[in-house]
Amino acid sequence: MLKGLFTTLKIALEKPVTTQYPEQRRPVHTRFKGRHTLKRYENGLEKCIGCALCAAACPADAIFVEASENTDEERYSPGERYASTYEINMLRCIFCGFCEDSCPTEAIVLGDQYEMSFGDRHSSIYTKELLLEPVSGDAETTPQKTKPGEFTRSVPVMQDPQD
Amino acid sequence: MADMVTLKIDQQIVTVPAGTLIVNAARKAGINIPVFCYHPKMEPVGMCRMCLVEVGYPQRDRVTGELVKNEDGTTKISFAPKLETGCTTPVVEGMEVRTTTEKSNEGRKAILEFILTSHPLDCPICDKGGECALQDLTMLHGPGKSRFIYDDKKLFAKHVPLGEMILLDRERCIQCGLCVRFQHEVVDDPVLHFYQRGRSLEIRTYSEPGFDSIFSGNTTDICPVGALTTVDFHFAARPWEMERDPSICAHCAVGCNLIYNIRREAKSGGKTVIKRAMPRQNEFVNELWLCDKGRLGYHYVAAAERLTQPLLRKDEKLVPVSWEEAYQRVEDKLRAEQVRLVTLAGGRLTNEDLFNFHQLNQSQNGKAVLYSQMAGGDLTAQIGLGKGSNFSDMGKGTAILVVASDLHEEAPLWWLRVKQAAQRGAILIVANARPTRLDKFANHVLRYEYGQEAATINALLDGKGKDEFTQAAKAFSEAENGLVIYGSDGLGLNGSEQLVKACAKLLVERGYYGKPNNGLLAVWDKPNIQGAWDMGFHPDRNLKGTLREADVAMIAAADPAGDNPILAQALEETDFVIVFEMFMTETAKMADVVFPVQAQIEREGTYTSGERRVQRFDIVLPHIEGPKSDYQIAAQLGRLMGLSTEDRSPVLVMNKINEKVKGYQEITYSRLAERAEQWPLISRADSYYAGTGYENEYGVGIQISSSADRGEELSLGTLILVEPQEEVATGIKVVPVTALYDRGQLIQPSQILAKRLTPQVLLMHPVLSKKYQLQDGDQIKVKVAGNEIVSGVKLDADVPQDVALVARSNGFPISSPVFVQIQRLVPEPEA
Ligand code: SF4
Ligand code: SF4
Ligand code: SF4
Ligand code: SF4
Ligand code: FES
Repeated sequence: MLKGLFTTLKIALEKPVTTQYPEQRRPVHTRFKGRHTLKRYENGLEKCIGCALCAAACPADAIFVEASENTDEERYSPGERYASTYEINMLRCIFCGFCEDSCPTEAIVLGDQYEMSFGDRHSSIYTKELLLEPVSGDAETTPQKTKPGEFTRSVPVMQDPQD
Repeated sequence: MADMVTLKIDQQIVTVPAGTLIVNAARKAGINIPVFCYHPKMEPVGMCRMCLVEVGYPQRDRVTGELVKNEDGTTKISFAPKLETGCTTPVVEGMEVRTTTEKSNEGRKAILEFILTSHPLDCPICDKGGECALQDLTMLHGPGKSRFIYDDKKLFAKHVPLGEMILLDRERCIQCGLCVRFQHEVVDDPVLHFYQRGRSLEIRTYSEPGFDSIFSGNTTDICPVGALTTVDFHFAARPWEMERDPSICAHCAVGCNLIYNIRREAKSGGKTVIKRAMPRQNEFVNELWLCDKGRLGYHYVAAAERLTQPLLRKDEKLVPVSWEEAYQRVEDKLRAEQVRLVTLAGGRLTNEDLFNFHQLNQSQNGKAVLYSQMAGGDLTAQIGLGKGSNFSDMGKGTAILVVASDLHEEAPLWWLRVKQAAQRGAILIVANARPTRLDKFANHVLRYEYGQEAATINALLDGKGKDEFTQAAKAFSEAENGLVIYGSDGLGLNGSEQLVKACAKLLVERGYYGKPNNGLLAVWDKPNIQGAWDMGFHPDRNLKGTLREADVAMIAAADPAGDNPILAQALEETDFVIVFEMFMTETAKMADVVFPVQAQIEREGTYTSGERRVQRFDIVLPHIEGPKSDYQIAAQLGRLMGLSTEDRSPVLVMNKINEKVKGYQEITYSRLAERAEQWPLISRADSYYAGTGYENEYGVGIQISSSADRGEELSLGTLILVEPQEEVATGIKVVPVTALYDRGQLIQPSQILAKRLTPQVLLMHPVLSKKYQLQDGDQIKVKVAGNEIVSGVKLDADVPQDVALVARSNGFPISSPVFVQIQRLVPEPEA
């Protein structure tokens, strides 16, 4: 029994390993897959072209996309097509990252964020507004008015992944 | 029986008729040779070279002509040094084809690499992505990488509208020519052409308005890439996201088989909606095609103003009430002694609805009236197109007489199939008062004056008269098979009756009835008029009087008050009006009780097409809260009246119909779902072969036999014609004709067709217009039957000189030829 108590004492005096979450946060790994964001190009246009390939790839059927047509008067993304509805149900999502892999424009990216809580099922559905990242720098937000003929291509030339 | 040829394809022994092309022979054996520019419904051109295969021919000794044998006794096959196109090469006895060898694989790879040189590869945003032949074949046979330089890709316009319905993406076009060939060869609307050559080639439309063809949607099915897509489905959904539901087109009497693709979507507030209509193969009915009315005319289902609650007239106002209360009210009325009941039914109702209505009507000794301007359903049931008829089987030896019908507008698919029969060698005789699109393919074109339809057929019977008539009469009587197709061009019910009698007489005298590909065919104006006749409804020449005298009128799927002010007046005199409707029509507004009903796509049922093919359709969309099916309401009313009408399911109603209605003995829902072997063998899984139309997994329907087929005694009635009375009237004679894109309730909500709707005009010959000092584009005031309407004027040198033509259901209340007074409206000077 003494032996047992001694062990307890020894452990009690050791430095605790518990992380004091939420005051302390551990950095996530480089390939961590947390909550998604929809990316933008530098000029503020959305990368997502509403192709719904992510929805097709999703094993959990968590993504719902509806597309509409861009005009030069009201442009959301390069090319003809943009996502007018983009929803991810975070309760369904298993954070596999298939959506990211399947995206032809690298629009949907799983980020570092893992803190999500919902009071009801409805709020687990993240809409496009929640997912879309804010514009960087002085770029204009979408929809933008653009010059005719400036953004005619939807899918950018892609490089093979580097890392 | 054609000569058969036996050959070997990839070690399989295949026997096919001589003349079969290698791709088709392989297809029959379950071997798929990839194709782009080949389509089983068109002549091969060998343009894309995708179908390259190794072909070997049995070797013959040059001197003796004997087959050279190998050492082991087998015939020596010599393979051509180069690959050959499987889509243009017919099979030969003893031939050997290899489709999966290294060499043919290399060939495919090279062709795909070449085709993809300037392809944008924007599958993610392409409406065809997911059902694209180029995608599929590239995945199956393509190279992973291209040796061509990326920056040398040619860039073209990506969003070229060819008219309001079709979009062209020039970059995606692989120049297979299918669209151009379809428009030229198949539907004879040569409005698409190639422009320029080589890499600069582009598809252009040279018509005004652009891509002016009522079959244009089909090019988007057969285009092997996303170069041609419909505006209707533009970015609407991805093909794999939608469910499919089989249905039958409700726009005309052909009864094309189609598939509605549906999806639940946020845009529509979480409702399930139809995203597009696609053809469903039925080689007996519509082959692989749909006309644009069928393809684009489904938008009425989303129309908001649907009725959802029974309405009852209380203190001169229609107020929503419960079903029980409404039933009660009707029951009270019907139970009153000696009510004169009239049931007026429209041709949009299903057989089940009509049967139940008829049962209810009969129990009260009512009069069952069909709301239609065409006569002859009793005759088509007796000597109509024989069981087993198929336009595709008609060719040499068949004589087809088309009378008083502008088939191209009245029943586009029949126009197409009659045209093709004529091209296969059938004798085509077209009799009409004005030129129609069928004249071009006719062997004999007969002209008459409006009103002379029956007389014309009689002249054909006698074989006397003008030269053209004797020749046509001779040609018609000498054929092996004969059929008469009659329509309603310029006819009202009276004229139609005269005409159909004459047609029946002609067929009976010539013996063209009671066998396949013989008989009488009516181009009904609604999808289920034949069914209505079969269930016991007949049109009434004195509808006005009948309605006026009725104590109770039950009106289903018809809007007499909206169509004709005279009938509206008559209805005012009817004591009690019960209306079964989807919308608040003019008739519904006058009703005492209104029952809300479900739309065709929200319910199950069967239609009997003009060819008397019974076809079933399924529930496509969940029905909206409130309405019931007509058959249910009729059955529940019937039950209140002590009948045992069936209200649980149309399947059970059909079980009653097949006991009671002649010709329907063999019809059950399960038999209607039986498939049939069809050629070409199409499949969504390899849409490169025949486009993205759906294979028929849902049943091809059953053509019911005519009395003559069954060998029953015929009771055709007197086929003697009464001389039409000379109408004494002044003014211009106006006759009704049918236009495909009219302003009917079901077609107007399809915005996409808005610009193609038939103009609201009186069509006149310049000579006639001169008499009234009218010019093209003038506005006139027309006095017709005590009403005044404003209409336009359009001149057309092709129409007869003494009458004006006006389209039905197009804002002008006309059901039969009338005399009208017109007055030119002077445009107000602009302020
Ligand atoms: S991470 Fe996986 S489960 Fe989550 S949305 Fe993407 S594909 Fe679906
Ligand atoms: S996120 Fe990517 S894959 Fe998903 S719809 Fe947008 S572009 Fe397509
Ligand atoms: S046509 Fe076919 S291959 Fe071309 S972009 Fe569209 S889906 Fe992709
Ligand atoms: S538009 Fe389509 S069907 Fe027409 S030539 Fe181009 S690829 Fe062929
Ligand atoms: S050349 Fe044979 S399919 Fe095109």
